[in-house]
Amino acid sequence: MNNDIKGEFGEITWQIGGQQGEGIDSTGDILASTLNQLGYYLYGYREFSSRIKGGHTNYRLRISDNPIGATSHKLHLLIALDQESLSTQNHFLVPSSIIVSDENLNVNSTKVRHNVVKAPLTRLAEGLGNRVAKNMIALGISIAIMNLRLADFEDIIKQRFSKKGSEIVTLNLAGIESGFDWACQNELLGKLPVKVGDKKKRLFMAGNQAAALGAIMAGCRFLSAYPITPATEIMEYLGRQLPDIGGAAIQTEDEIAAINMALGAGYAGARAMTSTSGPGLSLMMETIGLSGMTETPVVIIDAQRGGPSTGLPTKHEQSDLLSAIFGTHGEVPKIVITPTSVSQCFYQTANAFNLAEKYQCPVIVLSDVALSLGKQTVEPFDAGKIKVDRGQMLFEVDPIPDENTFFQRYGYTASGVSPRPLPGTKNGVHFVTGLEHDEIGLPADDPALRTAMMDKRLNKIPDLLPGSTFYHGPDNPDYLLVGYGSTYGPIAEAREMLANDGLSVGHLHILIIWPFPIAELDYNMETTKNIFIVENNATGQLEGLLDMYSPYDRKTKPIRKYNGQPFVPFEIYEQIKGRL
Amino acid sequence: MIEPKKFRSGVRPNWCPGCGDFSVLNALTRSFSDLDLAPHQITTVSGIGCSGRISGYLNTYGFHGVHGRALPVAQGVKLANRDLTVMAIGGDGDGLGIGLNHLIHAIRRNVDITYIIIDNHIYGLTKGQTSPTSSPGFVSKTTPKGSLENTIAPLQLALSAGIGFLAQGFTGNPKQLMNLIKAGIRHNGFSLIVVLSNCVTYNKQHTLQWFKENITNLDEDNGYSPDNRQQALIAVSKHEELATGLIYQEEKQSYQDLLPGHPDTVLVKQDLTPEQELLNQLMQAFY
Repeated sequence: MNNDIKGEFGEITWQIGGQQGEGIDSTGDILASTLNQLGYYLYGYREFSSRIKGGHTNYRLRISDNPIGATSHKLHLLIALDQESLSTQNHFLVPSSIIVSDENLNVNSTKVRHNVVKAPLTRLAEGLGNRVAKNMIALGISIAIMNLRLADFEDIIKQRFSKKGSEIVTLNLAGIESGFDWACQNELLGKLPVKVGDKKKRLFMAGNQAAALGAIMAGCRFLSAYPITPATEIMEYLGRQLPDIGGAAIQTEDEIAAINMALGAGYAGARAMTSTSGPGLSLMMETIGLSGMTETPVVIIDAQRGGPSTGLPTKHEQSDLLSAIFGTHGEVPKIVITPTSVSQCFYQTANAFNLAEKYQCPVIVLSDVALSLGKQTVEPFDAGKIKVDRGQMLFEVDPIPDENTFFQRYGYTASGVSPRPLPGTKNGVHFVTGLEHDEIGLPADDPALRTAMMDKRLNKIPDLLPGSTFYHGPDNPDYLLVGYGSTYGPIAEAREMLANDGLSVGHLHILIIWPFPIAELDYNMETTKNIFIVENNATGQLEGLLDMYSPYDRKTKPIRKYNGQPFVPFEIYEQIKGRL
Repeated sequence: MIEPKKFRSGVRPNWCPGCGDFSVLNALTRSFSDLDLAPHQITTVSGIGCSGRISGYLNTYGFHGVHGRALPVAQGVKLANRDLTVMAIGGDGDGLGIGLNHLIHAIRRNVDITYIIIDNHIYGLTKGQTSPTSSPGFVSKTTPKGSLENTIAPLQLALSAGIGFLAQGFTGNPKQLMNLIKAGIRHNGFSLIVVLSNCVTYNKQHTLQWFKENITNLDEDNGYSPDNRQQALIAVSKHEELATGLIYQEEKQSYQDLLPGHPDTVLVKQDLTPEQELLNQLMQAFY
């Protein structure tokens, strides 16, 4: 049985499901943290509802001895604390899956009855004096089944629960031990063993945390934001860290205040940002235009969720793309970055601050539920890869001959970017306005000037920023998969699966999507007839951009998903196989 | 000391002759001069409307933002650079209509900025529509049969939101107005100065003369003491929001005073070099 469990990737996917408030998340995190220290590659994804107590939630952890960037279509070990855990995961189970179910649940709804283990989770917990420990009983059973060492978990449990008192620590330790012993008595030890990890030090974190960390390293010292799923962890993290390094994180009254406050701080010379999700992005649109018009830098992280309107607050989608690119009335310079992994959430958020100041424009970093909340194994970050480039910011200004004139904030330059004195600087006094303006910033509507100023703003960002796209695969492949942002992991793995079948397949991925890197995309799509555009939205927003900006009529094939779930590699593989 | 006219930019205001906004502009330049400020030490953030144009007429760092959002921008400026004197200025539509939410929260937050609402009870720049401070029954292009809504009471609202500095001036009393602006700038924390003003072109009901006849000047009332919130509420309610003078002041710590870990070096002057040591320390939590 063990051999066929390991499948083609040498890995196991474990999942625990239960009601919110039953400690599902912490169980997953304890397992993940321990495995991370043991040197496994992990991908953690949590599903939850938009409520606090009650409602089904689950934590899925893919465990591998190789780097992974997506969840899997196979679920090998399922721990069920509630009925929904059994009924909703049928399509992920394989013949060899093991299901550990609390004994009081009705197991008839699962597809694979012969591998169901009815375990006295609640009863064992009650035996320890507290039924809430049943998640730890379940964890203990999991540890035994995967042939892990109980001792490896003790430190993390102590760390995690020490704040709640020694009784809780003791209870949780007793919980995993009791579960482990029960599993041994019932001959479950080592039923789904995982290989030994390489014990190398790596990070295990979510994109929100990586983005916030990237912001700090890029010199962001000001955040103003309004809580919203799935972006809130960014403000929570910065709220904890910024005071220690001389910065400030402010919770504002709404998203309109959030972006205006960030813009004010940016205007004053701080590296400032706001973080939000779709509904907040909609509210920020007017001020994104103000940022573009006044050429004032601001960074916005939009962790996308299912839209439209309140939509699916806790579910995954990539449907803010065109809003991010074209949103706000009128036409403004803007940069939109779509990080491809948790690691890129760090480096690209840092990059966003340089781009915002270099080009004096709004920069939107588009993540999504899978990236912002999903946790990945990440190689430790390197501060040496981050350079702080403040562009045309002036900290000193020479006296201007006529002291009754403002500093020329919008003077024409070869690059289109004009010097920007830090407010408070002598001789740098200047005026900025959301109205169309002349070189010194004063309102003006002369037709020739209007055209010149539009050209100045819209042409200052090059058509193609370095590193906008990247390509994996053979030259001139027969098939090409194209995506942006968080679909990177699923597409990359699907490509490997197709290549293993002997197909010639390439993967073209977009990291900076605006300015739209059409030259690089066209170059890579030139020699291939079969192009699949993979995106998590209903209307094919990337496909629309390609139609709009490419001179070629390519008849690309859509692979779209908008049911609230991220892609798993296998379904991309299957869809392509089905359409060959 | 820098003379008041040095705080005027070379730009000629596009306000109508006789507009109350001129009085505010003059009171501001004189206040800046009296307080011994220099133009580069001041940032003026303004909203949209006739009065919002004021940031372009002052020789200070000027930020003319979108409608109703001067307050969040101004707070962002101040939090990034506490060394600046930060003014936010706008009209009654900007501050009490579209931007009212921010006023209540700016009062709660108590960042050390000075907010001036030039309140002429009408929308001027869009050519004469009803504002949140227009009286019930007010006939305008958008309320041809008379306004059906009650007025906002900005003074009572500010007091009940917990404001630490509240004053009301009148464009017909420039000396008092200047003194109130100076006191507001000196106050550590959020200060609100409402300025009753006349729109010569569109508001034929609340004219300069009407204000003169209806205003009560609390400065002339020896029995009034601006250190009692309950008394202040009673006074502004009794005078139907038409009381001028310093209405309420309370010394308390401003937001910046309370910000944890805020160093002496202002945000914008900190060294931002990415340090591997800091990164290593922050990464510890994720191993």
